[in-house]
Amino acid sequence: MKKVAVVLIALILLLSNAAAQETKDKILIGFTMSQTGKFNSESKEQVQGLKLWVRDVNAKGGIYVKSLGKKLPVEIKYYDDESSGDRVQQLYAQLITSDKADFLISPYSSGLTASAAIIAEQYGKIMITTGAASDSIHNKGYTHIFQIYTPASRYLTGALDMLKAADSNAKKVAIVYENSKFAKDVATAAKAYAEKNGFEVVLFEAYAPGTTDFSSFINKILAKKPDAIIGGGHFADGETFAKQLYEKKVDVKLVSLLVAPAVPEFAEIGDAALYVTGPSQWEPLAKYTRESAKKLGIEWYGLSVEEFDKEYKEAYGYDPGYHAAGGYAAGLVLQKAIEDAGTLDTEEVKKALEKMDIMTFYGRIKFETGKYYGRQIGHEMVYLQWQKKDGKLVKEVVWPDAAKSSELVYPMTTKYGEEAKGKAKETAEEKQAQEKPKSTPGFEVALAIAGISVAYLLRRKL
Amino acid sequence: MIDVWVDSIIGGLLLGLVYGLAAIGLNLIWGVMKVINLSHGAFMALGMFVIYLLFTAFGIFPYFGLVIVIGLGLVLGMLTYFVALHRVIDAPELSTLLATFSVSLFIIGVGTFVFTTIPYAIDISLGSISFGNITILGTKVATGLISIAFTAILYVFLYKTRLGKAIRAVSMNRVAAELMGVNTTFILALSFGIGIALAMSAGALIATIFPFTILSGGVYELKSFVICVLGGLGSPLGALVGGIVLGMIENVVTLQIPTSYVPVIEFSILVLILLLKPSGLLGGKA
Repeated sequence: MKKVAVVLIALILLLSNAAAQETKDKILIGFTMSQTGKFNSESKEQVQGLKLWVRDVNAKGGIYVKSLGKKLPVEIKYYDDESSGDRVQQLYAQLITSDKADFLISPYSSGLTASAAIIAEQYGKIMITTGAASDSIHNKGYTHIFQIYTPASRYLTGALDMLKAADSNAKKVAIVYENSKFAKDVATAAKAYAEKNGFEVVLFEAYAPGTTDFSSFINKILAKKPDAIIGGGHFADGETFAKQLYEKKVDVKLVSLLVAPAVPEFAEIGDAALYVTGPSQWEPLAKYTRESAKKLGIEWYGLSVEEFDKEYKEAYGYDPGYHAAGGYAAGLVLQKAIEDAGTLDTEEVKKALEKMDIMTFYGRIKFETGKYYGRQIGHEMVYLQWQKKDGKLVKEVVWPDAAKSSELVYPMTTKYGEEAKGKAKETAEEKQAQEKPKSTPGFEVALAIAGISVAYLLRRKL
Repeated sequence: MIDVWVDSIIGGLLLGLVYGLAAIGLNLIWGVMKVINLSHGAFMALGMFVIYLLFTAFGIFPYFGLVIVIGLGLVLGMLTYFVALHRVIDAPELSTLLATFSVSLFIIGVGTFVFTTIPYAIDISLGSISFGNITILGTKVATGLISIAFTAILYVFLYKTRLGKAIRAVSMNRVAAELMGVNTTFILALSFGIGIALAMSAGALIATIFPFTILSGGVYELKSFVICVLGGLGSPLGALVGGIVLGMIENVVTLQIPTSYVPVIEFSILVLILLLKPSGLLGGKA
């Protein structure tokens, strides 16, 4: 009797499973979010972007799947990964085995994504990664991981292309970078690229994380007289570096730094920020349009930059950054792949992804199918430059050509000339407006004290 | 090329003077009290934030704010002496070491809570002088000169005033000084106060040229230790010389070698000095 019951139950389970497959009524996308821990804010942005995509898709009835002959709505399932790699692995396994997710999106950050990728690969599930720029996820032979971000190895290579386009005589480059894994990867790749493209790397040196005094680097730069300085690391050191370069009036034509210039607070260093450039995955200013897609001869897909910007602002009340754009783009790419494949079958969707070459609001998307399988090769970093508009510092996208909102100001040292002119005007205005202690009383007092004490000492000694 | 060298030498000299000032505070406390002050860096960071708050909240120009910083440092230092050090001053050195370390933890802990560890910066400019590649920042010149001035004042105080002579007497032999009628408790507290005031003013000066966080003091504390050993314990002039040596290493030597080697050189010098001339370059009898 017991045996019969077991067999019956097994049968029912099997049948119900089969029935579920037949009446597939939604596409389940699984991922983890760092609701707690150090990646909290970036991860939140990313998921907000993704949720916006889900809303947009479901408003149109879902994704059309040809093999089923109907549109399926998208449902998301996510857990809090606590910004921890161990949790990520448990949770992705859970998403695949018990939640039966059809497709996966990565968590935020290269580290967590690397952990999640192992699980996705083991279970043979497609995972679209976003918020993960590391190259090393893609050299392990995985065949189900597809990257949305421009990888670290191409973070600063665009700066060199930009330099080459602006001035074919510029040959000497100094690379000064923070001694952290990410910045080092970027700098090493940039160095190789520079040498391959006929640049001479006159300085290649790392500074310790948290460096506040860049004088020794600046002195070296002065000694080597490079045309461009590229490098940087994080916000605080990048900002300080830019400030001290300016204070020392370093005569270079182009400065391109990681992270710092893309952050709005970079403007707080005032004129030191002017004409400094830096890479960003995406900016609301980036002008990716149907026309730019046409120029490249590839298909345009999804909403426009303006629409995304507007929708995001309406939904969350502030401008989207690249984390949010990456989240939305991950969903968009998956949607396109499913539509192209016409089925939810992993192998078919994979083939669609391999073939994909599209332009979206986020930029071009194309995946490598060779040694670094799944690595992003279409998307390019956009380069920002801080420029002045009506006396105010603003970010403008100056590279690549397909995205630019303004022309690159080159060489950046034009600002020293402008400044001399500007200063004369400023001081005149200032005199009228308010009396600021422009002179330096502390300085003179210090001089006087030093003089008196030295005189006193000498008198006593003699 | 030559102008880059000149620029580096001037830069190193000016920076070294500030390092020297920071080290003098540590030096004095060690010389007089035989206390290794592990709260030195924390007080430097405190000085940075005091000058920052004075500047941003009350609009006091940093170089005038220094007077307030020194006064505050003197009071805080003496207070710290009576709260944390007085009862263990005769105990073995480990006790005073731990006492000052706990003061450091306290300051850093509260500071982290209030200011978090994000970087701050005082944005002032005194202009700059430049010819060719040589650019000298007004702020750096000012900090260098103020450091010299403070060292000179301290020198005069220690060698020419009654109180200063009492401090030196205590540093030579506390019991004998006490027998001669010197109030050693007051002198010890005063020395600690002066040491802290110097640390805080050095911190304040550094804050005018570099950005800082509440944790920045640690870096300069380490440098101060090296400088003290280099210049000679108990000699203010030695500390200044040691500071200049360190500033030169950081700015001039790095023209030829990678900057990441600097700590290696600095600490190698530390070991060499300890081995060959433990009294330091300018230290008399250790």
